[in-house]
Amino acid sequence: MPNPDTPAISVRGAVKQYGALQALAGVDLDIHQGEFFGLLGPNGAGKTTLISSLAGLVRLSAGEIRVMGHEVVRDYREARRKLGVVPQELVFDPFFSVRELLRIQSGYFGIRRNDDWIDELLANLDLSHKADINMRALSGGMKRRVLVAQALVHKPPVIVLDEPTAGVDVELRQTLWQFIRKLNRDDHTIVLTTHYLEEAEELCGRIAMLKQGRIVALDSTPNILRRVSQRALQIRAAGMPDVLPTFLAEHLLARESGVLQLRFDRHAEIEGLLAAVRESGALIEDIAITQPDLEQAFVEIMQENSR
Amino acid sequence: MSCFSALLYKELLRFWKVGFQTVAAPVITSLLYLMIFGHVLEGRLQPLEGVSYTGFLIPGLVMMSVLQNAFANSSSSLIQSKITGNIIFVLLPPISYREFFAAYVIASVVRGVVVGFGVWLASLFFGWTGVAHPWWVLGFVLLGGAILGTLGLIAGIWADKFDQLAAFQKFLIMPLTMLSGVFYSIRSLPEFWQQVSHLNPFFFMIDGFRYGVFGASDVSPWLSFVIVGTAFVLLAALTLQLLQRGYKLRG
Repeated sequence: MPNPDTPAISVRGAVKQYGALQALAGVDLDIHQGEFFGLLGPNGAGKTTLISSLAGLVRLSAGEIRVMGHEVVRDYREARRKLGVVPQELVFDPFFSVRELLRIQSGYFGIRRNDDWIDELLANLDLSHKADINMRALSGGMKRRVLVAQALVHKPPVIVLDEPTAGVDVELRQTLWQFIRKLNRDDHTIVLTTHYLEEAEELCGRIAMLKQGRIVALDSTPNILRRVSQRALQIRAAGMPDVLPTFLAEHLLARESGVLQLRFDRHAEIEGLLAAVRESGALIEDIAITQPDLEQAFVEIMQENSR
Repeated sequence: MSCFSALLYKELLRFWKVGFQTVAAPVITSLLYLMIFGHVLEGRLQPLEGVSYTGFLIPGLVMMSVLQNAFANSSSSLIQSKITGNIIFVLLPPISYREFFAAYVIASVVRGVVVGFGVWLASLFFGWTGVAHPWWVLGFVLLGGAILGTLGLIAGIWADKFDQLAAFQKFLIMPLTMLSGVFYSIRSLPEFWQQVSHLNPFFFMIDGFRYGVFGASDVSPWLSFVIVGTAFVLLAALTLQLLQRGYKLRG
């Protein structure tokens, strides 16, 4: 059993230089075992370079990366056994059927007779009926699922998914997330990069935001959301006085044709705000609570770091 | 299954699945050479005493098939994987660079041997005369196949496009094979061109193989063996270096 305190992924001073371009400009990051971790950033931020470095596809110019305590260059055999990567590109080997491909991939990890697990993977990814079909004959969504299965043939404790749902239909996205969540519940560490921020918001417990090869934010998802924007109480009311009472004015975020946006931190404050609106003589017609979203957080953090 | 045997199995299955293209087609091509050159030149040339021209040509064609197909196997497999991106399936697992090298080269030798064997079988209809020294035959087939499999790896690693691979094959491999004495004995050449031919390592593969078949050749089989063996060791060392560094494979 691995020591539970060993980080699933540990990145220290990672620098990657491509000529004049610095794809990673000194990244330090620990991802703990069992986490569902999100890696976000605009195109060219260094997400794929970071993932490729930890998978051994790219060699760092400086720094080191460990997967479950195994350094990815010196101790590559163990590091790679602990890691499953679902690549961003929809790549496939046109010579083989789904089952052949998964058997060969198992062999690459030194695993014989892996059919029980392969069958389970196929069933979970809704691919059982395609097992003996050649890869060329599969739709894009199916090929994507095979990529997931390929990354999991050796039951890696750490799974990295690089934009796994790009260009994938809603139904498949749901199937995929159900399965990944199950893996996470079974103690697999999941690292996800995605462009769909709502996905990261819904799934990831912790998020790192990358920009120009640096981490510009690293925190739990709720903290990241809290850091940049607050929840607001949105009230539509008739007969609102032009000059608001002091208490309401203090909480006012925005006012627009009979709709007030009022800031609050705790739910217990809501009743006080509603009472203040009623006392001002206005008649409440509708209320809503708006949540901060990751998209907003993302934009704000990226802008903060441009200044 | 070890990492190595899985990669070897995949490489063998890959060419076997497209056997028409990778085995049957080159056998047919060699037979066409045999029919046309044999028909035109039979009776006009006798490169080796006591051996008909067709009889002389057959081992040359067998060896040429071994060499060209060994090269084609590793080079095309690698460039296809690189261009389609599925090379990552062999870069992500814990496969060492030595295992990588061995699997690609052995698969190339196997394809070369399968095609060479096919050409030999078909040539039985044209009067194959038997083998004088089977161990020399085997030695030169394996070494020649391994050299070309290794060259295929180098070409596949280096080339970024099919065009570059085609250039490697058409401007280097093809002339070296065609000018190695497959169709003629270099003794029939003027002195100067005989000397030039001795700079071509492919000549020694073909000549050594022919010695195995007829017990007679242009140069001593031992000399050929030393030259071919040295060429393999040097090329293998270079390729292993490239693979260890991850040249053009790991950024």
